[in-house]
Amino acid sequence: MRHRGRAMKTITNVVLAGLGGQGVIKASDILADAALRAGLDVKKAEVHGMSQRGGSVTSDVRFGGRVLSPMVPRGEADFLVVLAPSEVAVTLPLLRTGGVLLSPDLVPDGALPNKRSLNVALLGALSHYIDLPSEAWLDAMKAALPERLQAVNEKAFALGRKLAAEGVTIS
Amino acid sequence: MDRQLLSGDEAVALAALHAGVALGTGYPGTPSTEILEAFSALGGRAQWAPNEKVALEVGLGAAFGNARALVTMKHVGLNVAADPLFTAAYTGVSAALIVVTADDPGMASSQNEQDNRRYAVAAGLPMIEPSDSQEAYDFFFTAVEISERWKIPVLFRMTTRVCHSKSVVGAGSDGPAAASAIGSSPVPHFERDISGRVMIPANARPAHRRLRAKLAEIAAWGETSPLNRVEAGDRRLGIAASGVAYLHAAEAAPGAGFLKIGLVNPLPIELARTFAAGVERCVVVEEGDPVIADALRAAGIAVESKLEMYRFGELDVARVRRILAGDTTPEDPPARGRPPELCPACPYHTVYATLRKHDCIAAGDIGCYTLGVLPPYEAMDTCVAMGASIGVGLGLRHVLPPDEARRVVSVIGDSTFVHSGISGLVEMAYNPPPTGHVVLILDNGTTAMTGQQEHPGTGRTLDHAPTGKLSIEGLAKAIGIGSVTVIDPYADPDGFERLLLERLAASDLSVIVARRPCILAAADIRQWDQQADRLRAEHEARLGGHDFGGHTALADQADVCAIVDEP
Ligand SMILES: Cc1ncc(C[n+]2csc(CCOP(=O)(O)OP(=O)(O)O)c2C)c(N)n1
Ligand code: SF4
Repeated sequence: MRHRGRAMKTITNVVLAGLGGQGVIKASDILADAALRAGLDVKKAEVHGMSQRGGSVTSDVRFGGRVLSPMVPRGEADFLVVLAPSEVAVTLPLLRTGGVLLSPDLVPDGALPNKRSLNVALLGALSHYIDLPSEAWLDAMKAALPERLQAVNEKAFALGRKLAAEGVTIS
Repeated sequence: MDRQLLSGDEAVALAALHAGVALGTGYPGTPSTEILEAFSALGGRAQWAPNEKVALEVGLGAAFGNARALVTMKHVGLNVAADPLFTAAYTGVSAALIVVTADDPGMASSQNEQDNRRYAVAAGLPMIEPSDSQEAYDFFFTAVEISERWKIPVLFRMTTRVCHSKSVVGAGSDGPAAASAIGSSPVPHFERDISGRVMIPANARPAHRRLRAKLAEIAAWGETSPLNRVEAGDRRLGIAASGVAYLHAAEAAPGAGFLKIGLVNPLPIELARTFAAGVERCVVVEEGDPVIADALRAAGIAVESKLEMYRFGELDVARVRRILAGDTTPEDPPARGRPPELCPACPYHTVYATLRKHDCIAAGDIGCYTLGVLPPYEAMDTCVAMGASIGVGLGLRHVLPPDEARRVVSVIGDSTFVHSGISGLVEMAYNPPPTGHVVLILDNGTTAMTGQQEHPGTGRTLDHAPTGKLSIEGLAKAIGIGSVTVIDPYADPDGFERLLLERLAASDLSVIVARRPCILAAADIRQWDQQADRLRAEHEARLGGHDFGGHTALADQADVCAIVDEP
């Protein structure tokens, strides 16, 4: 018989949210791949469909010893990463008490050379809180992004990580 | 096999490749679309059919010809394919025929949440249901094994969460080695079997009995098949579950015993009887209809079914906790963010603005253009099933008083028109309403709704290579529609409005093809067109002037009063 109870305690739950076209799915791909590369069990769930038409998108990533359901139970997210300010209020109930909210407020206006890398900047911030090796992050980014976007995204990641470390989070 | 993070759709594609599937065919539909796209990207032979019925028939022919075939569709696609499906259960197959039906409990992207496990029971076909990507991969081989051992098509049921969730495949799996269990791909050849394949009543009567005998054998096999397994746990609670519901339940009740069901038809009844007898309380946790619970209870097994309120929508860990607690208190509504909307530069804006301005009664259809129902336009009055816009519009025209009838327009997308609008147009020519009718075909050069797939009207195959191109306007003329006009509504909104008003005022039959590429697909379409032109030129240089894969006989562009303004 499997020891499900024990496995569950080691699970990290992350919900990423934003609007279609903001790179929510890309960010969750990178996160899930980084966890995979770190040797963990991973599941990732989102609802595709009409996401390219500007609607809300959320993606759940769970990783750890053994993950069962692919969806983060409401109110049990350890981290909520939100790319669009308008989506914070609707997604906040997903976060557990004491969970960490990472929103665009973390990144000061103009700090990013390219606003489209906000998704990766917030992943950088997330990387401050969760224990995944930095090679896993870098390799996951390399695998997910085209060559020409590598440098700008690595910068964005480093910036997000630094801002989080400096404790600019408002949660 | 290396550990990989795959969606259920990708896992099926990989398994199909490793299982030697010779042909994959289907029609796009969320959440099944990515299976054939991934199969093609992996090097498999994959093609889009005009609709699910044709796809199933092509797959059946391949399987008759002793080649392994995969057919994919969303749940409602199986309604379209149901006619050949039910009789293919009688004919059986020579090599494996695996039919994926991707259900959408909760309707993330569908017009209903029908539970296709009912189809397995109704057609008398085995149905396999995986819970995650690893099972989607592993179970595919078992599906092939069943299909070839009993010479029967196998339904492979997935749901939105299984199709689109990514999970690890390959850990502890023997990967391609699993394929050796089913033997290498059979060699395609034709073997005549008139009594087995020609379903006239005299042949179909024994075929029905054969089918039932096969099912009885599969049921007996299923009792000990690894598709179904018992996980021991606390005797106070036993849970019978299948699909992703099993994973939610395993998380919600970590100590419980489980009957994990992977073969949902025929069900392992005796296994379930023993399991239920060994626990104090046995609850069936399943998404959608109480299919398993009803079947077990009909067999005299004491199981609890979920309460009626949990028939609706998809399950998750929290809802399973409520089911187990028998909680009937109202649930929090799921968080609903911003709804999707037409892209700002979508060519449909002018169409809907015009329909709205003139208070048209729009018999609508399914696609991106269904977003025209949302504010600010609210310019769609019906949307039922693919292709229904034309029949519904005609029905309204037939019965409404003339002043209202004249406001009725059928609005249908290009892929949808090819899928199931053509017979509606034939009906229009055959039984024209007294006020005539106007069919507006929104031709954006792609199947935008499901992520920009090709279809026969684009003139490109699944992997965007040039092929025969169906001319929608040529077809409409051939059917006998008197007025067929092509216009770019975006480039010429006033011309579009004038044309629509003129056609609504006339009493004859009109087709207006509003042609302008989807803004998201336009750049790709241009690139594929250039590539096709290059290929065609190279080919002509080699063969000395022969057209290949050009326009069909119906394409007679010059004959059509075209007001096209190519972007
Ligand atoms: C029977 C059936 N098959 C598939 C689907 C999924 N689906 C809905 S609309 C659509 C096609 C839309 O393409 P098109 O008509 O060209 O309109 P567009 O999205 O490009 O505006 C598909 C494949 C469905 N709803 N029903
Ligand atoms: S994806 Fe294409 S068809 Fe759909 S709304 Fe956007 S532009 Fe229009």
